Amino acid sequence: MIKGLFVKKKKYATIPTGKVKQDVPEGIMSKCPECKHIMVTKELRKNLLVCQGCQYHYPMSSQERIASLIDEGTFTEYDAEMISGNPLEFPDYVEKLEGDRKKTKINEAVVTGAGQMNGLDVTLAVMDSRFRMGSMGSVVGEKITRAIEHAIDNETPFIIFTASGGARMQEGVLSLMQMAKTSVALKRLSDRGLLFISVMTHPTTGGVSASFASVGDYNFAEPKALIGFAGRRIIEQTIRQELPEDFQTAEFLLKHGQLDRVIHRSDMKKTLSTLLKMHTEGRR
Amino acid sequence: MAAELEFERPIHELEKKIAELRSFMDEKDIDLTDEIKRLEEKLANLEKSTYSEMKPWDRVQIARHAERPTTLDYIRYLFTDFIELHGDRLFGDDEAIVGGVAFYKELPVTVIGHQRGKDTKENLRRNFGMPHPEGYRKALRLMKQAEKFNRPIICFIDTKGAYPGKAAEERGQSEAIARNLVEMAGLTVPVICVVIGEGGSGGALALGVGNYVHMLENSTYSVISPEGAAAILWKDASLAKKAAESMRITAPDLKEMGIIDEIIEEVKGGAHKDAKHQAELIDHILEKSLNNLLSMSEEELINQRYEKYKKIGQFGFVNDSIVVK
Repeated sequence: MIKGLFVKKKKYATIPTGKVKQDVPEGIMSKCPECKHIMVTKELRKNLLVCQGCQYHYPMSSQERIASLIDEGTFTEYDAEMISGNPLEFPDYVEKLEGDRKKTKINEAVVTGAGQMNGLDVTLAVMDSRFRMGSMGSVVGEKITRAIEHAIDNETPFIIFTASGGARMQEGVLSLMQMAKTSVALKRLSDRGLLFISVMTHPTTGGVSASFASVGDYNFAEPKALIGFAGRRIIEQTIRQELPEDFQTAEFLLKHGQLDRVIHRSDMKKTLSTLLKMHTEGRR
Repeated sequence: MAAELEFERPIHELEKKIAELRSFMDEKDIDLTDEIKRLEEKLANLEKSTYSEMKPWDRVQIARHAERPTTLDYIRYLFTDFIELHGDRLFGDDEAIVGGVAFYKELPVTVIGHQRGKDTKENLRRNFGMPHPEGYRKALRLMKQAEKFNRPIICFIDTKGAYPGKAAEERGQSEAIARNLVEMAGLTVPVICVVIGEGGSGGALALGVGNYVHMLENSTYSVISPEGAAAILWKDASLAKKAAESMRITAPDLKEMGIIDEIIEEVKGGAHKDAKHQAELIDHILEKSLNNLLSMSEEELINQRYEKYKKIGQFGFVNDSIVVK
């Protein structure tokens, strides 16, 4: 057939890329995506989802995070029913939200509430990167703001665990304004002399990094967490230079004076509750 | 001569035709008055329809116009005795942000704004108006100084965004922006922000937490540039025009969403056609805003800012179809 002459022959083959990193390990055995160490999943969970081989910190769901920090049976969730609208009428946005709700069993990318940490009262917000990459739209901004207001009303410290790709594009400039909204609330919290601790987990970038995540009285991070304002690819394209391998990791930020400490997950609850204790006993 | 904008081409063509007819009339001594009059009427109508129905992408073009007036242009027209102040006292002086003290009709004020260059040389010096952390820290230093001496603060917003570079990350671009948001929230003096060109994401917002936020009619304010949005949404940056339409980034859009306070009218065809007249249009609203705020106490100013931002957002609740605004 003549037609066949004009059809370009494929000059490439599709090579399967590395498997997408498992969010949360499933099955009886789990292989570490970093060092390939194989562990019994049950053991891995007991170890707070940290690889026993290389100390790789698996991403944690908000439910798992809360369980790892808050004393059993003391957590009360706030605004669990709050859901996003579709202010820009973005195609497929509503369906994507619905899909993430089914997948994660939570209604938005942050879970907020109050509970106790080793017996000390705390207001907590935990972002969940499984839900729209943890991106911040109107609901995330509003839930965090309300949580801060609860902390002010109840005079408790406020702790946030961030995990976010940044502002949620589908809600446009409304998402951007959530950076300002959470900031005015944090200012009020600070003016009341209340404690705010930010713990950055993988990943904390864009508008979340450039708002509440970076302005804690204490700024902490989990090992190897990616933290930064602009994306690595964009920076490479802008400056036309290769970036160091550890660029924008928690350790890189620590070295450049942007963090107070990098804290291993197994020390997290203890370190935070010790700090809480220092601030409770110091207050009169 | 200003660069021609795509949507203005029919106007320019008609103008050219009229000019041609005029010279033809003089040369050949033929009376074409009626014809010219007819075309001039047509031109007036065309201008009216073009400028009254501007598409988002047309506004993006105007907002980015190389000759669009910058912060320093407006400072020259709106204030007297401007004394520019430099440096963040920590690292350096970032010329992508300018700031200083001046009189606004005998009232001492602090003025701060993003500053683009007018030509390549100046743009290199000013990094195309894209600040590093030291720029934001300089701005904050000047704001705290204004607070100490009880001066109102006026911020002009005009940036594609905070600079995405290695050094910026090392010096804490995120922290610099975040710190400004929190500290601006607590300022005890009036803060008025005016978006005069592009309001690009967090880099714009870092000068944008005010008691009033106004936008020039053809300026934009967005979470990501139309090109960036198109690249992410459709993997094709050339669809920027489409993205500009769906992202709702123009002044009328932001007004409708309750994010900004007032739209400042622009001179016909855009601010670049007459910077002095444009400054007068800004002056009008600036004076009104300042008068409103000067009568408020420190606490009232902070609370007003709190309430203003607290109400931005759209959400609802499960089993509840009403979306609360």
